[in-house]
Amino acid sequence: MSVYQRPIHLFWWLERRAYVLFVLRELSSVFVAWFVVFLLLLVNAISDGAASYQRFLDWSGQWWVVAINVVAMLFVLLHVVTWFGLAPRAMAIKVRGSRVPARQIVAAHYLAWLVLSGAVAWLVLR
Amino acid sequence: MATEITLEVARYRPGVDSEPVMQSYQVPLREHWAILDGLTYVKDHLDGTLSFRWSCRMGICGSCGMTVNGEPQLSCATFLTDYAPGPIRVEPLHNFPVIRDLVVDIDDFMTKLPKVKPWIVREVQSPVEEGEYLQTPEEMDEYQQFSMCINCMLCYSACPVYSLEPHFLGPAAIALAQRYNLDSRDEGADERRDVLSSPEGIWACTFVGECSAVCPKGVDPAGAIQRYKLTAATQSIKELLMPRSLSSRRKG
Repeated sequence: MSVYQRPIHLFWWLERRAYVLFVLRELSSVFVAWFVVFLLLLVNAISDGAASYQRFLDWSGQWWVVAINVVAMLFVLLHVVTWFGLAPRAMAIKVRGSRVPARQIVAAHYLAWLVLSGAVAWLVLR
Repeated sequence: MATEITLEVARYRPGVDSEPVMQSYQVPLREHWAILDGLTYVKDHLDGTLSFRWSCRMGICGSCGMTVNGEPQLSCATFLTDYAPGPIRVEPLHNFPVIRDLVVDIDDFMTKLPKVKPWIVREVQSPVEEGEYLQTPEEMDEYQQFSMCINCMLCYSACPVYSLEPHFLGPAAIALAQRYNLDSRDEGADERRDVLSSPEGIWACTFVGECSAVCPKGVDPAGAIQRYKLTAATQSIKELLMPRSLSSRRKG
């Protein structure tokens, strides 16, 4: 029996809006990794003393590093928002026999994000 | 309103065509006609050689899945008037080999489905005289959503992972496994675990979510897969931390 197999073209992910968003979400992982590297470089610079820290600040202030970080931040926000939005689909939490509504699970994620960000800000700025 | 609408239908005649070619048919545009009614009109009045699958015409049998204007749809539940003034492009479901015209080969799914044991597994079967395995409405709520699957294959057609990775077990098979895993009468979760937790199982899914978006029965296979990822990960951590307790539980 000769059957027809539809070929998969290189830009299959442009076929549907959901596919584009999915590919962007997957791509955002690269920028999450970049922020981890950037943080490690920062910690390393601080541990090497004031001069090293100043050099890191000067390097970070260059237009192209700022541009990379702005793009990275947008991708990380996309990463966070899309994953938080998907969280209730994976988490079937029950409290006193009834399932916790999806909106509450999403809200709890944002609240945890806010609390953690606040804690880090307090640690850094105090 | 126009009295007719154009159906552009993909024709593939094995041995004649090397790839599908589009053929246009004018069909009456009637208020209560679904795409399937339009195709039946073509078959009965215009071109008897057109091939497509259908059975119940009421969204239950899952036979008439097709790609309508690029979207996987049940052709019995998709109405001509929603696409007026047309034309409407009707193609076979994507991600499956096309046998002829709008008929696709779903053998791959039929081979994979039994691997997840989509039936109630009991360690010891109770004799019929003891009566039914009882269940509360709350226990039924746990799995009922996943039991609505009609195997229509729309989810496989929308899944880019299945398209790129044909070994992937796929959305419906995993959702059906969860349908039984979450059933209070079932004791087969451990038997399904190896297949579900394999690289071709849940871990191949990258949560695109289109399987759930196109499901005509509101099953949410993507949700089923992510829930099982959590279950499998939790079990693996438990096994790592408490190897004895879990191995004894798996035996018992």
